[in-house]
Amino acid sequence: MKTIQKLLLSLSAGLLLVGCGNNSNQSNGNSGAMASSNAEKVYVAPGEHDEYYAFMSGGYSGNVTVYGLPSGRMFKEIPVFSQFPTNGYGYSEETKAMLNTSFGFVPWGDAHHPDISQTNGELDGRWIFINENNTPRIARISLETFETDEIIEIPNSAGNHASSFVTENTEYIVAGTRFAVPNPQKDMPIDEMKGEFKGPLSFISIDQDTGHMNLEFQLNMPGFNYDLAHPGRDKSHGWFFFTSYNTEEAHSMQEVNASQNDKDFIAAVNWKKLEEYVKNGGGKKVAGTYAHNIYDESTQTATTEMKEGVISVDPRNVEGAVYYMPVPKSPHGCDVDPSGEYIIGNGKLSTQLSVYSFTKIQEAIKNKDFDGDAYGIPILKFESVLEGVVDSGGLGPLHTEFDGKGYGYTTFFISSEVVKWKVGTWEVVDRKPSFYSVGHLMIPGGNSRNPFGKYMISLNKITKDRYLPTGPELEHSAQLYDISGDKMELLSDFPTHGEPHYAAGIPAEMLKSKSKKYYELEENNHKYAAKSEDATRVERNGSEVHVYATTVRSHFAPDNIEGIKVGDKVYFHITNLEQDFDVPHGFSIIGANTSEILIMPGQTKTITWEPKREGVWPFYCTDFCSALHQEMQGYVRVSAKNSNTKLRWSLDDEWRE
Amino acid sequence: MKIQTLFKFLFLSLALICMIACNSKSNSNPGDETNNSSTNLTEVSSSNKGQAFMEGGSDEVNALKLAINSPDHTTLVKAVQAAGVENALVNVGPLTVFAPTNAAFDKIDKATLEDLLKPENKSKLANILVHHVAPSNYPTKTLEKNIEKKRKLYMADGQYLEVTKKGEDLYVGGTKIIASVSVSNGWVHIINDVLLP
Repeated sequence: MKTIQKLLLSLSAGLLLVGCGNNSNQSNGNSGAMASSNAEKVYVAPGEHDEYYAFMSGGYSGNVTVYGLPSGRMFKEIPVFSQFPTNGYGYSEETKAMLNTSFGFVPWGDAHHPDISQTNGELDGRWIFINENNTPRIARISLETFETDEIIEIPNSAGNHASSFVTENTEYIVAGTRFAVPNPQKDMPIDEMKGEFKGPLSFISIDQDTGHMNLEFQLNMPGFNYDLAHPGRDKSHGWFFFTSYNTEEAHSMQEVNASQNDKDFIAAVNWKKLEEYVKNGGGKKVAGTYAHNIYDESTQTATTEMKEGVISVDPRNVEGAVYYMPVPKSPHGCDVDPSGEYIIGNGKLSTQLSVYSFTKIQEAIKNKDFDGDAYGIPILKFESVLEGVVDSGGLGPLHTEFDGKGYGYTTFFISSEVVKWKVGTWEVVDRKPSFYSVGHLMIPGGNSRNPFGKYMISLNKITKDRYLPTGPELEHSAQLYDISGDKMELLSDFPTHGEPHYAAGIPAEMLKSKSKKYYELEENNHKYAAKSEDATRVERNGSEVHVYATTVRSHFAPDNIEGIKVGDKVYFHITNLEQDFDVPHGFSIIGANTSEILIMPGQTKTITWEPKREGVWPFYCTDFCSALHQEMQGYVRVSAKNSNTKLRWSLDDEWRE
Repeated sequence: MKIQTLFKFLFLSLALICMIACNSKSNSNPGDETNNSSTNLTEVSSSNKGQAFMEGGSDEVNALKLAINSPDHTTLVKAVQAAGVENALVNVGPLTVFAPTNAAFDKIDKATLEDLLKPENKSKLANILVHHVAPSNYPTKTLEKNIEKKRKLYMADGQYLEVTKKGEDLYVGGTKIIASVSVSNGWVHIINDVLLP
């Protein structure tokens, strides 16, 4: 046996030598896993935990996926803006309200940019926020439970893309408007948009205790396309920077018409000034209907409040609060370095990055160093605020992140690469091909004063042949780079779910201590909870029937129910009595048209069932919970609409009624 | 035992991957001598080939493949490889490439051309080449509309080119478009001069 092994090893080694001999002239020695310890660097042994957790936007899936770094293992998909079959989110009676909007129930959203809450400019691991682009909304996810706790709709906006970025004490989350629209909405000719459409920027405050979001005010900006944003930090704390494109205000064939102007703008917004202005009664209340959905962990139920009206602020009325800075060629990403001094505009049709200095911006404002105005908003003179240019020769810069060690990392979509450059000298020090048209990139803590500069992931838009090329639909690929050394080193790649527009990463240690393992049954205030088998019952109210049921290994109580009639609407409220980590039970019944549900320990969840045929119909547990999971089942007897079958229920033939 | 088996498997797989990768590399890129720069866009190691080397993804070829397959564009291909800008021509785009023919390159002084192809002039050459690429979709119809609407043509090097019409012929940056081909990632318009930025 050993001899065979040795033989194989030497044979392999021989093949490698022969096979790759012509690569020996490569100067950086990056010729795959054999030449390095890359495999070791991403290996997380069974039982070990990953060092970082990455929360990836699911893009058109509407959800967030949780990955471990460096392993690239996917741990969980957190449902946010879309119904989710795995646990019944958006289907169960308790969670349906989370997807309510002023347009009605929206079952599927388009998630974009996750951002983790901060205290003093550093990640604090309380919440993660993410925006929905299509029907403008922002969600708050608990990092204790990895569940969506709140969703607020943004009225008067369209294409909520410049979102959901967090200020350094989580004072505000912003929401931009990528598709300029009439504000207020009105019926008007499309080709008269110029000067008529608006691009409101919304500021949503966060309650520091509960995390609850409140739409404080909207800055009613000219109708350009506000694309991305980042908050100032440290010295520039109090400011927010938004890129915009289509300053041409084209309404059609933007792929040509929106790249006519040499420069578009970054809007520099002093939100502290605006906050004060509004606090002193500034702005005026305008119409705007929006849904505010909150999931209450105590009642385990989400409710929707429809709200009306929002404070609108005309940027021209607040002196010194809003300026435009020219940026070459349709900027996309807008990023701020950890010190808060440098603001980076990534002109996506340009070859260069434009770096602006916060100090120079302040100087220019003081000196009124303007180059005219746009709709009454002063334009800071480009040369006066520009600190430097990163000229990498790459094509199509999109996004920049920082490692906290004095370097920026920028993705280039067209030339498919990540470029590393030095903050301050703006010289390019390294570049690595990403091969698959990279979009966003993420360094854990990259949007904070204190990034964790060990790993960087590039989130590629294209996959092609990365896995078996079976298509047409493919998962995108992410690539993990080790950035601890002078040169970036590609370690591995792995598929991501949906389309990861941006991600946010955090050390796993910051989550571990506060992870919720199960819900305390005693704290379960769900209206229809049955907290013991004694409390289980069935109640009829006209044709509405409420079943208060429980689950525990390995039976339902009750597990036999009679007296249900065709045409009834039956609510199964299932309480999972388990008080142990990771013992969920499922519930599903033949012919259920709404959902299946998965109930966590201590939790109550509800599905509705409208029996259409007489007979005896089974229900069962859908989650392999125990050795006797297959026995975890029951029957419901359904009688004719006008029958007089008595309503009764039992467990182990102890009938009650 | 388990670990040993794993190692064996790993070694074998890696050896195989390496063989395959190295083989296809030498097939797809004969004479590629641009591998020795650490900042090379097209660097290919055994574990990270990319979309630039994908076969059979579309009924249409991409802009780079079109040039590679054309006997009239051997100089252009040589220049693209010397400048290391292959990835810029194979991505999803959309791109519009104005592709000078061999005859167009022949109009340039031979010494100047040879000089440009030298490794030390790589970025200069790259700059000239991206001056031929517009990061947008410009079929002939849109080019004609550009004249009508007085729209400029924004090129990837940051400069603008003007489109004009003489009789039935379209000109870009003063040179005539002699043919137009739809490719999987945009359009290639064949021109008779090299456009110098």
